[in-house]
Amino acid sequence: MFYRENGQFKTSYRSDQQIFVIAQDRWAILALIAFAFVGVPMVVDEYMFRAILIPFLILSLAALGVNILVGYCGQISLGSGAFMAVGAYMAYNTYIRLDGIPLIVAILSGGFFATLVGVFFGIPSLRVKGLYLAVATLAAQFFCDWAFLRIGWFTNNTASGSVSVSNLSIMGLVIETPVEKYLFCLLFLIVFGLLAKNLVRSAIGREWMAIRDMDVAAAVIGIRPMYAKLSAFAVSSFIVGVAGALWGFVHLGSWEPAAFSIDRSFQLLFMVIIGGMGSIMGSFFGAAFIVILPIFLNQFLPWAGSLVGVVISTAAISHSEFMIFGALIVWFLIVEPHGLAKLWSVAKQKLRLWPFPH
Amino acid sequence: MAFFLEALLGGLMAGMLYSLVALGFVLIFKASGVFNFAQGAMVLFAALAMARFSEWAPQILGLDNKILANVVAFVLAAALMFVLAWLIERYVLRHLVNQEGVTLLMATLGITYFIDGLGQTIFGSDIYKIDVGMPKDPVFLLDSVFPGGVLVNLEDVYAALIAALLVVTLSLFFQKTSTGRALRAVADDHQAAQSIGIPLNRIWVIVWFVAGITALVAGIIWGSKMGVQFSLTTVALRALPVIILGGLTSVPGAIIGGLIIGVGEKLSEVFLGPYVGGGIEIWFAYVLALVFLLFRPQGLFGEKIIDRV
Repeated sequence: MFYRENGQFKTSYRSDQQIFVIAQDRWAILALIAFAFVGVPMVVDEYMFRAILIPFLILSLAALGVNILVGYCGQISLGSGAFMAVGAYMAYNTYIRLDGIPLIVAILSGGFFATLVGVFFGIPSLRVKGLYLAVATLAAQFFCDWAFLRIGWFTNNTASGSVSVSNLSIMGLVIETPVEKYLFCLLFLIVFGLLAKNLVRSAIGREWMAIRDMDVAAAVIGIRPMYAKLSAFAVSSFIVGVAGALWGFVHLGSWEPAAFSIDRSFQLLFMVIIGGMGSIMGSFFGAAFIVILPIFLNQFLPWAGSLVGVVISTAAISHSEFMIFGALIVWFLIVEPHGLAKLWSVAKQKLRLWPFPH
Repeated sequence: MAFFLEALLGGLMAGMLYSLVALGFVLIFKASGVFNFAQGAMVLFAALAMARFSEWAPQILGLDNKILANVVAFVLAAALMFVLAWLIERYVLRHLVNQEGVTLLMATLGITYFIDGLGQTIFGSDIYKIDVGMPKDPVFLLDSVFPGGVLVNLEDVYAALIAALLVVTLSLFFQKTSTGRALRAVADDHQAAQSIGIPLNRIWVIVWFVAGITALVAGIIWGSKMGVQFSLTTVALRALPVIILGGLTSVPGAIIGGLIIGVGEKLSEVFLGPYVGGGIEIWFAYVLALVFLLFRPQGLFGEKIIDRV
């Protein structure tokens, strides 16, 4: 009843090409952003920030990057964890090696180096595709794991092999409390989300989708596969690298290569698949699902156990978490292979006609 | 020279074991087009089952004979793998027919998590031993040719022999039996196979079961080498470059690819490793496969990839 575009006339090209064509969408998103900036810091406690909201923001940024590569350009990558690692470690290196460099520049430089590495490891995509490519990108993962573990320069030769940053600040504003960290990540997410949304609507985004749908046909109609594929790798790994830098700097504070292991790559791919391939919105849904599910299971299982009078040991809990997580993933892929974003768009379609569908 | 030969032999032995794991991947990919990431988890699961059954069998059945206990454990573990294959076909694959490759890949990742959790819930998560009576002593070969001879682990030799035996059995099974023919038909073309009356679902169960058996054999060999523990699952990741190198759809490719990767890893670790700080074998295999892919995208023996618009 409330969600329909009757009477909203588009009188200029500009209004026809907005991101959210329907006024209700626009207002809802603006309200959501305003709530995220103002409302959330007022109502949410510190634990929620640390355990859920900050990881959610950063991982949805990373999932956004992976979605550009996997969902929009169709190049399956299992090396996203490595690109996050490159972002984190190179941001760390620019941050400590160049005196007085602003924090934001350091984080962006992490993205820049991740771009270089991403394009390099994207070169095989010109020759191989599909599952072969997925395995080929694992090379990036294992190589980066090794490099950050064994080459002392990257970790500034710290004895323990883990690096840490502290006293983050931008232009005199200190980023220390969870709320400040949250707002910092939120800013990044909104800027990059807007950027990504506009990229995928533009000419280059359509080139990516053409390559995804059928690369030979795309080449025939004059799209350069090399340019399209490598640009997707570049944009994707830039965003993923920035997310990695944020993950290291803001969320972890101190980290070692294990923080960006192959499990991270799988996790990001899960987010993209469950959220919905080729959908910006889906990245957020997927990230929320994957971040919240383990925490939920962790809380829920002991409670469910105590309900039926069984005390479940910690080991059993972690094992059953594995099992339920795996089973849920499979179940989800079976019932909704197009992801949460598909459910979302179906819901919107229904809502337009509600409550008089005929 | 003796040192080089030692490294070479070690590499060949390791390669044989990689090809065993890679074989499981190739079987499933050929027959159902599923890139089965769960193969590593299946190796762990099978090894855990084997280790625990061989421990429980003497206690429950009162068997004194170690060989008999091992045989009972093997049969039970194989039966378990069959149940697993059936469950996977019934509850996962059947519902995911005609989905994209990446969706199936993620589904097998889900299965991986599930099997990991299940195995450790049922069988416990400590480190277990598998003792099938493989000799542990090293022997020296070619004493007369080189001073000191070439050191070879007898256990590795047996392992390689078992692996070779399994490969021969499998290829006989594929070439000579009617089930094997049906499997190859399904691998060639799902629809055509179905139209001449080959039951696709049953074929999938069989192929997952065969992959389960190779996982069991691989699990026993790896498990008796380094103990049954969670790190067995990483064996799958070591086997991935093998199938890329050999071709996703080729059984001989898995074997030869395994040997090349095994030798390449070992030689690089021994001769190149010291210069860059060691531990390079894991990514060296991938880079080797990657370079190879640039020149031959379908792998050594894979079917030629033809694109049509």
